[in-house]
Amino acid sequence: MSKILEAKNINKFFHDPVDIQVLENVSFSINKGEFVSLTGKSGCGKSTLLYVLSTMDTDYDGTLLIDGVEMPKKNESFLAKIRNEKIGFVFQFHYLLNEFNVLENVMLPGLKLAKYSRDQVEYRAMEKLKILGIDHLALKKSNHVSGGEKQRVAIARALINDPHIIMGDEPTGNLDKKNSDLVFDIFNKLADEFKQTLLIVTHDPSFAERTHRIIKMEDGKIIS
Amino acid sequence: MRKGLLLNIAKSLLLARWRQTLVAAVGVTFSITMFITLLSFMSGLNDLLDGLILNRTPHVRIYNDIKPNADQPINKSATYSKAHNFIGSVKSDANRQAIYNSEAIMKSILNDPRVLGLSPKVTAQVFFNDGSVDITGSIFGINSTQESKLYHFDEYITTGNSADLTKINNSIILGKGLADKLLVQIGDAVQVTTSKGDLFQLKVVGTFQSGIKDFDNVQSYASINTVQKILSVPNDYITSIQVKLKDITQAPAVAKEYQKLYQADAEDIQTANSQFETGSSIRTLISYSVGITLLIVAGFGIYNILNMMIFEKMDSIAILKATGFSGTDVKNIFIYIAVTIGIFGGLMGLLFGFGLSAVIDQIPFNTASLPTIKTYPIVYNPRFYIIGIIFSFITTYFAGWFPARKASKIDPVVIIRGK
Repeated sequence: MSKILEAKNINKFFHDPVDIQVLENVSFSINKGEFVSLTGKSGCGKSTLLYVLSTMDTDYDGTLLIDGVEMPKKNESFLAKIRNEKIGFVFQFHYLLNEFNVLENVMLPGLKLAKYSRDQVEYRAMEKLKILGIDHLALKKSNHVSGGEKQRVAIARALINDPHIIMGDEPTGNLDKKNSDLVFDIFNKLADEFKQTLLIVTHDPSFAERTHRIIKMEDGKIIS
Repeated sequence: MRKGLLLNIAKSLLLARWRQTLVAAVGVTFSITMFITLLSFMSGLNDLLDGLILNRTPHVRIYNDIKPNADQPINKSATYSKAHNFIGSVKSDANRQAIYNSEAIMKSILNDPRVLGLSPKVTAQVFFNDGSVDITGSIFGINSTQESKLYHFDEYITTGNSADLTKINNSIILGKGLADKLLVQIGDAVQVTTSKGDLFQLKVVGTFQSGIKDFDNVQSYASINTVQKILSVPNDYITSIQVKLKDITQAPAVAKEYQKLYQADAEDIQTANSQFETGSSIRTLISYSVGITLLIVAGFGIYNILNMMIFEKMDSIAILKATGFSGTDVKNIFIYIAVTIGIFGGLMGLLFGFGLSAVIDQIPFNTASLPTIKTYPIVYNPRFYIIGIIFSFITTYFAGWFPARKASKIDPVVIIRGK
């Protein structure tokens, strides 16, 4: 099994208002095709860890490898490119752009990558929407669809560039039971059918239990 | 492809807030409109005022001034060559006002490549007799074709025809004020007395209005031959040679050169009318500063609106960055927005500016002193339009640059975690 993501001795401090160590010697790796959940109590540093792993937060000590490549801490445009190509994000809030319709929202990262032509990106975006069962919403304005649907659009957007890994920060946090189950089923389907690697931060134990592997954190350390 | 995508995002953000965008664009449009109109109008006015004096003033005038001889006999004495001398009651030597060897001088000046043309002039001081009243005045003997060609003499003739001066013997064109005082019209005769006491009958063939009333009250024009006849002098008697140059800025140098070469006095236009040039340049300076001030104010408007837009679009910026758009991409998006507002507003401003100038150009402007001017003067100079659009581009670019840089520095983690 190849390692998609590997963290070595990650330490992170918050300096304001006082120095607090939020991550302490965090080391772990995720293999291709794994469906991993990261759980722990509120404030244990799980979200902080996710943002370090996502390359958006570069203020840490230690080494982060994505797809075997060490991530630099200074090169902002290189990291942007990595996020574009190799990581898909799903957040608690959907963050869809209201100025665009659903299809365009999904296409944006694909157009940015510019690996395919516009027509191909559009076709691929429709494919992703079909997998998630929301292809009928493609031409609606993104603020005209429901909350659960928005989250599914966000997942489609995360999938558009066939990322190595999908990272989720409480993706079901804002959803009701029915929609949460739906989103979980989608993740499960992606992991089983498409061998998609997933790393999901959640504080919902029932969600975590159903994933392949649970990483538990407490006070900035991985405990299991 | 990538640029197209960023432009596309910029377009969507622009259209999503089209009302704000419009307000920003209207600000630019307004300032460019005013900039263009102001400059066109101000230049028109400058040209008009310059025309009043500069167009009819020779660039270099060659004449014999009345002044004391610089070489007084005492200076030539070898005995006192090292002494200071003081001479009391020196008198100007009024030997002759005519230029020596005028024919040859004119021929040689016409061969100078810097010269556009020249017109000779003879001045006679006379009295116009009207019953028991004598009015002092002067008659300029001119070559009416040359004078019209070089100094727009035609434009000031309000009645009659300048060509009649050469066609009709002993004819005269009177200043409007002078004609009114003498109560004469075209076809009437006026009687003049020269300083030597000779009487002459001249036929009025026209009147002129120069725009400067004091001139019109005392001046009149006749052909060179007529004036030479009045003064009873030979045909080569010329009191001044008026030279027009191709490049007005060379006038001082040329005047100095001619003074030495032809042993006569030469005066250049800059010395004679320095106040006009100063006035023109200051008026131009004022219009430019007002225009640029307006643009800077519009720039602040754009700055504010973009700042607000960035504040509103914080989430969008965060997700764009999370999904792989770099800081530079985000910066470019906002600069595109600003520059689009600038170019669109600027182009509209050029259009409106042209329209407003055209409207002002139609407003009647009648002034007794300027008979040929019927409407407000406007200059349509493409340079103003080019400067206008370049300025609007530069101001909006900078107005957009600061907010755009702020947007590019937004940390997506802070925004996303804050939710």
